[in-house]
Amino acid sequence: MAIVAAAERPAVASRLAAALRDAAGTALLALGLAVPILALRIDVNINNQPILRPRWDYVAIAVGLAFAARLAHLLVRPTLTARTARPQPAAPTAVRARLGQALSLVGIALLILYPLIVLELVGQAGAVKWIDNFGVQILIYVMLGWGLNIVVGLAGLLDLGYAAFYAVGAYSTALLSENLGFGFWLCLPLAGIFAALWGIMLGFPVLRLRGDYLAIVTLAFGEIIRLVLINWVPVTNGYAGISGIPRPSFFGLPFNASDEGFAAFFGFEFSPLHRTIFLFYVILALALLTNWVTLRLRRLPIGRAWEALREDEVACRSLGINTTSTKLTAFAIGAGFGGFAGSFFAARQGFISPESFTFMESAVVVAIVVLGGMGSQLGVAVAAVAMIGGTELLRELDWLKDVFGPDFDPTQYRMLLFGLAMVLVMLWKPRGLIGTRSPSIHLRERRAVKAGLVKEGHG
Amino acid sequence: MSAADPLLAVEHLTMRFGGLIAIDDLSFTAARGEITALIGPNGAGKTTVFNCATGFYKPSSGRLVLSHGGRPATDEIDVLTESGRRWGITPAGPVFLLERMPDHEVAARAKVARTFQNIRLFSGMTVLENLIVAQHNPLMLASGWTVLGLIGARRYATAERAAVERARYWLDQIGLGDRADDAAGELPYGAQRRLEIARAMCTEPQLLCLDEPAAGLNPRETARLTELLLSIRRAHSLSILLIEHDMSVVMEISDHVVVLDYGQKIADGSPDAVRNDPRVVAAYLGVEDREVDKVEAEIAE
Ligand SMILES: Nc1ncnc2c1ncn2[C@@H]1O[C@H](COP(=O)(O)OP(=O)(O)O)[C@@H](O)[C@H]1O
Ligand SMILES: [Mg+2]
Repeated sequence: MAIVAAAERPAVASRLAAALRDAAGTALLALGLAVPILALRIDVNINNQPILRPRWDYVAIAVGLAFAARLAHLLVRPTLTARTARPQPAAPTAVRARLGQALSLVGIALLILYPLIVLELVGQAGAVKWIDNFGVQILIYVMLGWGLNIVVGLAGLLDLGYAAFYAVGAYSTALLSENLGFGFWLCLPLAGIFAALWGIMLGFPVLRLRGDYLAIVTLAFGEIIRLVLINWVPVTNGYAGISGIPRPSFFGLPFNASDEGFAAFFGFEFSPLHRTIFLFYVILALALLTNWVTLRLRRLPIGRAWEALREDEVACRSLGINTTSTKLTAFAIGAGFGGFAGSFFAARQGFISPESFTFMESAVVVAIVVLGGMGSQLGVAVAAVAMIGGTELLRELDWLKDVFGPDFDPTQYRMLLFGLAMVLVMLWKPRGLIGTRSPSIHLRERRAVKAGLVKEGHG
Repeated sequence: MSAADPLLAVEHLTMRFGGLIAIDDLSFTAARGEITALIGPNGAGKTTVFNCATGFYKPSSGRLVLSHGGRPATDEIDVLTESGRRWGITPAGPVFLLERMPDHEVAARAKVARTFQNIRLFSGMTVLENLIVAQHNPLMLASGWTVLGLIGARRYATAERAAVERARYWLDQIGLGDRADDAAGELPYGAQRRLEIARAMCTEPQLLCLDEPAAGLNPRETARLTELLLSIRRAHSLSILLIEHDMSVVMEISDHVVVLDYGQKIADGSPDAVRNDPRVVAAYLGVEDREVDKVEAEIAE
């Protein structure tokens, strides 16, 4: 009996440690969710000035609750199952699939309602920040992350110059509208096509490269594109950039105060918010399209070939897969989505300059893909929300002045905190937030492939 | 020599790596429907022959003629060689000059499939996915190079179902029917070896090249493997080129044995003839076996 008890003690301790770790993860997730939802409240004071009311107590309570609930769940559940002592059959695949479908539908519904919820919660004055800085900005990076995920996550080709395609999309839109007078909706597909062509052009010379070499050449490619944009002044206007890019219209109705405008047509009172909300829906649609296409491609021979390429290129060739065209399609399709995002970016800003397409941009997108878990659509989306939303939130670190005194300049610590958070996540989940791989097809039961078995590709 | 109807004719194959001559003027044939074993000590150049035959290496010189259908006339092959093309249609059937073809074309067109000395499965993909990826080319065609598949055409769904059926058939053949949804990297070693063979078979090859399939298997798994190979050959009118160190396997299943030593052919014939060939015994079988016996005897003492 004593022996048994002694043997059990370390088991209990390790279970407790595992549960604590898991609960800490849940708490972190809760923090990520609570900060954008609960942390700040904007009210309007008597002089009709918006005032920011921090509610960190709310956040703390939410995180604490999540931690406690998860811990309790983890510690109680095994005891319960042990008591019944009956191995629970895994939920049937069909049921789980339907549950997943239902969840993603709820997610999409929430995203569609997001602008309205924001309007309801913070009113017109604060809404621009939440819809534009958070909503639109995050969705652009979600889309970029999903686009790059095809190249890096699925095909396993490390591309450090993705901002180049983002730039190609943006400049195509700017130049086409400036010189030929094309509207946004015509520029958008063309920008995607141009970026895809550039993707193929980059693809050809790097086909034979692997690993570090591929990474370096793609990085150089990104810099070349940026330097061309800076130096080809007659066309790109150099550092000064291009302004006056036409904004997207709503089926031909511009978002302005004129009589032909969107507001007048629908009998609304004009508000600049209409355009912001419309832009939100445009980028939401683009991002969802990217996701839909990627999920679909994963179940097609081309998508499976990408993943097989990531796993073992030599084996692919021994099975008759043309790895050249497989890699080129990955580059082209990934670049195409980057081009769409760039086109949207140009139309949203109305102004672009080479400064928006630096290496930092590529690095952030790669970080999103790696942090999310290479290949996982959900992971990439969560990482984009955490990274971009986090950066935006970190702009508002004034509360740190309360802690460190009024001389403290919090903006300088933004990148430090950001880097620290990234290091912590990579320590806790070295394969990214969602490192497991969901199989593209199954016979009886869809079971995620363990993170350790999935290869990262050779470049 | 059992060269009545050669599927693959290797003619004066030479492969140099810098100064090293890995294969030196090697000629042999693998007959249609037979199991041809390629044996020889480590470093003899066996894997290099495979790499040349499957397009992974470009031979320094020599010709590798693979003929589907039947045996083409010699002058027809010469005309094809002169023409500079990589393959052609003869009255007997399509003929491929493997030394001119890139690896993926050898697999896709000439229908030569192979396994590797060090297993190369897609370990992060499931067993089923491994077998579906092997059917990439027909599925790609059915998906209209992705376009039809993207819009959800019925044609692709049908093709995919057929691919799953074929995968299921091969899973049953290798006794992994209940592990279809497990990651390939999770399988035990012996099962991975068999899965690699099944994956190669999913490309519907005419010639299957196996590089040491029994390496690292225990006797029971080895017995299972030989059984599998014999049944595959019977049921699929397949020819097999086999590199193997386990002599019991070679002697049991091969119809014809080619022995290599330092890149040169030292014997070529039936298993019995080769086994008793004094040069083979000296270079390979006898010496090694006797030494192994001696060492074992010493250990036992
Ligand atoms: N890619 C290569 N580069 C240089 N030398 C090679 C290469 N591949 C094989 N060799 C050499 O060719 C010889 C034959 O090797 P291999 O065909 O692998 O032998 P086996 O499979 O019979 O054991 C060896 O000496 C090996 O070192
Ligand atoms: Mg070898």
